[in-house]
Amino acid sequence: MTPGNPFPATVPPRPPRISKWGDRIYLALLLLATAGVVALMVALVAVLVNGSGLAFKAFGFSYIWGYYWNPENGVYGLGPAIQGTLITSAIALLIAVPLGLGAAIFLTQQAPAWLRAPVGQLIELLAAIPSIVYGFWGLIILVPIMAKVVEPRLIKYLGWTGLFNATPIGIDILTASLVLSVMVIPTVTAISRDSIAAVPRSQKEAALAIGATDWEVTRHAILPYARSGIVAGAVLGLGRALGETMAVLFVIGNHTVIVNSLLAQGQTIPSLIANVWFENNTTLERPALVYAALVLLVITLAINLGARLVLTRSQAGRGAAAE
Amino acid sequence: MALANETMKMEAQNLTAFYGESPAIKEINLQFPERKVTAIIGPSGCGKSTLIRCLNRLHETTPKARVEGSVFLDGQDLYRIDATAVRRRVGMVFQKPNPFATMSIYNNVSAPLRFNGRPTRAETDAAVLRALKQAALWDEVRDRVDAAATSLSGGQQQRLCIARALAGNPEVLLMDEPCSALDPIATSKIEELIAQLKQSYTVIIVTHNMQQAARVADYTAFLYLGKMIEFGPTEDLFERPKEHLTESYITGRFG
Amino acid sequence: MKFDRAARRKVFSHSMTVLSGLAIVVILVPLVSVVYEVVLLGGPAINVDFFTQPIPSACNPAGGLPCHGGGGVIVPIEGTLQLIGLSSLFSVPVGIGAAIFAVEYGGERRLARVIGMVADVLSGVPSIVAGVFTWAVFVLYFPTIAFSTLDAALALSVLMVPIVTRTCEEALRTVPNSVREAAMALGISKWKMSLRITFVAALPGVITGILLAIARSSGEAAPLLIAGGFGCLHPLSQGVENQTCALPLWIYFGANNPYPNWITLAWGCALLLLLVILGLSLLSRFTLERMSRRMRGG
Repeated sequence: MTPGNPFPATVPPRPPRISKWGDRIYLALLLLATAGVVALMVALVAVLVNGSGLAFKAFGFSYIWGYYWNPENGVYGLGPAIQGTLITSAIALLIAVPLGLGAAIFLTQQAPAWLRAPVGQLIELLAAIPSIVYGFWGLIILVPIMAKVVEPRLIKYLGWTGLFNATPIGIDILTASLVLSVMVIPTVTAISRDSIAAVPRSQKEAALAIGATDWEVTRHAILPYARSGIVAGAVLGLGRALGETMAVLFVIGNHTVIVNSLLAQGQTIPSLIANVWFENNTTLERPALVYAALVLLVITLAINLGARLVLTRSQAGRGAAAE
Repeated sequence: MALANETMKMEAQNLTAFYGESPAIKEINLQFPERKVTAIIGPSGCGKSTLIRCLNRLHETTPKARVEGSVFLDGQDLYRIDATAVRRRVGMVFQKPNPFATMSIYNNVSAPLRFNGRPTRAETDAAVLRALKQAALWDEVRDRVDAAATSLSGGQQQRLCIARALAGNPEVLLMDEPCSALDPIATSKIEELIAQLKQSYTVIIVTHNMQQAARVADYTAFLYLGKMIEFGPTEDLFERPKEHLTESYITGRFG
Repeated sequence: MKFDRAARRKVFSHSMTVLSGLAIVVILVPLVSVVYEVVLLGGPAINVDFFTQPIPSACNPAGGLPCHGGGGVIVPIEGTLQLIGLSSLFSVPVGIGAAIFAVEYGGERRLARVIGMVADVLSGVPSIVAGVFTWAVFVLYFPTIAFSTLDAALALSVLMVPIVTRTCEEALRTVPNSVREAAMALGISKWKMSLRITFVAALPGVITGILLAIARSSGEAAPLLIAGGFGCLHPLSQGVENQTCALPLWIYFGANNPYPNWITLAWGCALLLLLVILGLSLLSRFTLERMSRRMRGG
């Protein structure tokens, strides 16, 4: 001990044996949870395949493009529902993407600063409204407007296109597409806005410096940069639209046939499942609906995965180009 | 030779450390005398941080990092025992102060006790008091030990990290450029502290500042491109360097 | 000639600005209409009875059953609380566990990315498919309770797990590595470092994620319809092995029936749902800010 040392060297006590059990149990619990998540994905497909067994035995893959859904004859086909799903989602996106993108551009480029944050937050909150509220609103509020105001005019002025041959009762494919688009717009807007906001200022300033107009700056400097994010937003919106039940359930008409008019009553895959679930006309019906759910799952997963692949590839490409 | 009279607390033997395939330090043989301050100096990229991180087995926690060779503490090869046990005996202070932001000053200092054992309130109180005094921080925080650790200045936070490391009763204290993120006043406070600490602990300090090494260290090792070039009492190394490379570095011809 | 072209470009740019401004107006009209109608039609339904009384018998003035107020949605409210509680119980530990594993034990390796990918894929599962899935599982193993709150809660968990996993993973990744190194350098064992230091530091983000997942699942109706049955007309809320009732489910039922008092209650449910979701979103943002500020030592 050195003289005048206020802190005598401490002899460390023999440290307790370090038990590895805490680490082992923790890791085991974490592995369990992780395995659960992975197993969930596998189980989803497996259980649905199992549940659709009877229907698959009866119809095979031709169920997917089967033209008819006739419970009385025991004939089930998903064709009409798939057609309805595709039409409603396509129209919904055709409306939502330009509007959402336009709104996002306005919010990020043109809008005065004090307007940006509140409107942006408003749109995010609107994206959280549950789809059943949209469906309910569609039924009570939109349907009468469509039936009395919009559809008669569509028939009168655009009837020559042959798309509007049906009695306008307001409950039809067109109304369902509109409700769907209203539901999808906040999602598309919010993601587009985030993508555009992420474009570095330098890009915008470079374009302005060479005398580009506001629109030219947006079109040539900002949109190309934000393109992958915007596409991702659109695809996310598409995924939501394809799987939506409640937004279309009340307003599509529950008529499982191939349609030839936008004003006809139709069906989408989710609305088919929901509408027919408790009917139990034949023993094949529930398995057919489970089969439908499986098809819907495969479609949405494929779109999801495809979008991700495109996104990672475009990001990799941009990264390489930046070097 | 002063070295011959020293007991060696720690010793690196044929120590080589890799990041992936490339070695950052190559076959280092180095001894660290007990209760003395040993400085490791050298130009950027010479491997001094890698070396010190091998001494408490922190290097291997980096992805794709690998160590070959041995490090002895009191004659025991640290690479043959549990890494967590090693780190309780060899403490470390980092370049950028990293107190636990979610904890108070008290809880930061008592963290090694609370997490590694089951001390009573009295035991933690005593340990925290001792550690804060040893780190020369007690007087500044005595009436606000429950305040957030992040409410302290940079220099105070670093002394807090020192107190936290000391609270665990390590035998050796490693310091990886502890003053580079601090202003001159905070730096000199810590240098004073190091002079006190060596009475109870073996201190190994990495520094890019030669003057600091000259001020605080009893022994100095000079590293260059991953190899140890020279090692000896600080005064000898700086005034009568044996290697040409050492002399070039010290006279500022590079680095 | 050059002057002409520059002017044309300017005019074009201005008209695009007008168009995009119009876009905002066009999208806000229906969205504001939704909120407006919900408040307008749901407001009158909110009173003390709304929160304390069970569903009343249907009134039908056109069919000779006059309407006289009264009745409420306490059964759907309790059902929603049951569903939220159960689905959180299932999904939160699983989601957090997978996220911690990915970040603390998977780090930068492929394993972590695979888990993240699985979570992203799961987040694309349509809600009705989740309902069909859990119904099919129950039919296989617990056929007697295939239409129950338990079943519906499991379906909601399927939807919540990816949200919890992703947000927890992101929150853990924002914790700087210096925290982990400081803990390791003190010889703290890995599980304590992971749980009591790193996870605690990430807590604000994790809680936000949980609140968001709850907000999402509280509004789902399709899985309840498929896997939960319909038990709203009972005077008291039932045990979880019975058919379920919840706010979205009552909206669905009210919309499919012509009885005015049921429809008014349905609008009330819609309003309550909007308020709950709004409240949860605000709460999650508030928690994030407040807890982060406290932790950064502000």
